[in-house]
Amino acid sequence: MTRIGSSAKVAMAALGLAAMTAPALAQQGLDEPFQKPFREALAGKTVAYVPVAMNFDLTEGWYAGLKKELEPFGVKFVIRDANWNTNAGAQAVTSLISEKPAVIVVHNPDVQTYAKLLQRAENEGIYVIQINMGSAYRSSAFVGANWIEIGEKDTEAVVKACAGKSNKIAIVQGALSAAASAYTLKGVENVLARHPEIKVVSSQAADWDAAKAKAITQTVLKQNPDLCGIVGFWDGMDIGTAAAVKEAGLTGKVFVATSGGGERKGACELVKSGAFDLNLSYDVPTQAAQMAGTIKWLLSSGAKPGSIKGSEYTTLIPITKENADSQTSCWNLSDLKK
Amino acid sequence: MKRLRLGQQEIVFTVFAVLFLVFSVFLHGFLTPENMLTLLQNVAVLGILGLAMAIVVIGRGIDISLIAALAVPPGLVLQMVQNGHSLPASLLVAFLLAIAFGLVNGWLIAYAEVPSLFATLATGLLLAGLGQAALFQLDVVQWSAGMDGFERLGQGTILGIPTSIVMFAIACVVVALLLRRTRWGAYIYAIGDNPYAARVTGIPSRPIIVLQYVIAALIGCFAGLVMAASVNSMPTRIFNSTLIYDVVLVVVLGGIGLSGGRGGVLNVVIGTLLIGTMLNGMTIMDISYAGQNLIKGVVLLLAVITDSFLNPRNEETAQQGDI
Repeated sequence: MTRIGSSAKVAMAALGLAAMTAPALAQQGLDEPFQKPFREALAGKTVAYVPVAMNFDLTEGWYAGLKKELEPFGVKFVIRDANWNTNAGAQAVTSLISEKPAVIVVHNPDVQTYAKLLQRAENEGIYVIQINMGSAYRSSAFVGANWIEIGEKDTEAVVKACAGKSNKIAIVQGALSAAASAYTLKGVENVLARHPEIKVVSSQAADWDAAKAKAITQTVLKQNPDLCGIVGFWDGMDIGTAAAVKEAGLTGKVFVATSGGGERKGACELVKSGAFDLNLSYDVPTQAAQMAGTIKWLLSSGAKPGSIKGSEYTTLIPITKENADSQTSCWNLSDLKK
Repeated sequence: MKRLRLGQQEIVFTVFAVLFLVFSVFLHGFLTPENMLTLLQNVAVLGILGLAMAIVVIGRGIDISLIAALAVPPGLVLQMVQNGHSLPASLLVAFLLAIAFGLVNGWLIAYAEVPSLFATLATGLLLAGLGQAALFQLDVVQWSAGMDGFERLGQGTILGIPTSIVMFAIACVVVALLLRRTRWGAYIYAIGDNPYAARVTGIPSRPIIVLQYVIAALIGCFAGLVMAASVNSMPTRIFNSTLIYDVVLVVVLGGIGLSGGRGGVLNVVIGTLLIGTMLNGMTIMDISYAGQNLIKGVVLLLAVITDSFLNPRNEETAQQGDI
């Protein structure tokens, strides 16, 4: 580290010398005093990324976005894929603590598992940034969606669509152990508490699985053909929910609200086709840019890891028929990877 | 005088009948033609997979890699069409991949003599890993415009019956014909009952074992296509789910002993119906997830315990390899 710093200093000194000897053809440039320490703070640092799994739109999008923002500054970007295995993820974080990267960007599978480990990492001098799914430990930064807000906004839209109809709604939850699902459900409950006229005929967990979501929704629709709305917890799963609605010939009659990362094929195109009436997007490229910004800020601040803590909740983009065609509502993974 | 003996098949059928009756009487909206069709539709893919597993189990094997065959070749179809290839070409590649996969499984088990449990455990991981690493861009492979029309394999109705049920019925008929009407089917039963005796009598047991796994992989691929068409996407992550246990459950619960040589298509249908009735009833009652697992576990345990009370195992009935 010190060697890199000193060689950079030598290089800068040489540059300075060159500038002095050059003939003053124009007005002298002014040195911006903060960019050099910034570059030095980033160069050669390691940022480790621990998603719950790769190979889906959210984690691939964050990965591509972070890489694009950080690698040009000489940051080494490493990935430890937990591949849906909580133990593997905990092991990855543990071994990272001894490898001492400058920053760990972590995507928690649940609230508890990594909490103690993340605290240890910050005590050891590693900045921890938690993304989209937080843990019980509050680290230097949280960047991600506010699930309670998502639950509330989706439910409000469904309640509004139900006005003057049967007031019967269904809820398709994710996996019971996932914090994202539990928080979203809390948001749903918050809105339902204000609307006693709404009757929840079914509230079941489909394990983030499209086939299960379809089976549950089919049965619910057969029992309640007058259902007016469904609150789904993730667009990747609610493809199944929407397929059941379509098969029952109720597209447009049953309001389907869901949420996701806003990738074009998974979000905008499905809203355009009428499968979803509302898809709240937490716009992954923006999240990635915020993470990268936070990493730059933390590294250049020199603050002691764990001494400052803050949150950046994502501004949601509601995708409906009106804006599904727009170029800016959704993003393409292939573009981000370029 | 012949004593009335209740086999696993009869017990499971009785449990199914009792459950069905209780739900029909007490559960409003259960016994309607529409709900019956939904019930069947929800377990059609599970039933098709059960048929594939039945063929292998009757031949005294087990195929843990079935979910990989369900996920990867159909996922490849969706991915190839998304990348601009034509649908027939993609389907052909997928079927060839499934056949090659079955051949590898069969060769490992029949010729290299690796126990089927370990061989298919490993090949399943291999195929799923290959899919994730090399074939798919994302876990969930989305439907694309080039696939339009193909969704009729899993959506809509034929003569008022949901297509996936029709597909299950067709698969049932084909497998029943294979097992009961062809020489190959008879060979599978013979190998499952006593592999050594089968070999001595001149049955080409190794090629027949390979055939079992090829057929299983093809049926798995077919089930995957029905599933993909039904939910308009292929969630390839399904390989990590517990679906394979449900498939084994359908087969064993229906009364196809893991020791091989016994059972048939009817057993799969009964096992599938029991699971379907339970799932459907509990969804209508809006029972919580944990509660559903509890009830499922209790009913299955009851069925198995009753069986071991009524048909105790002894040296004569127990076979080597019985799990």
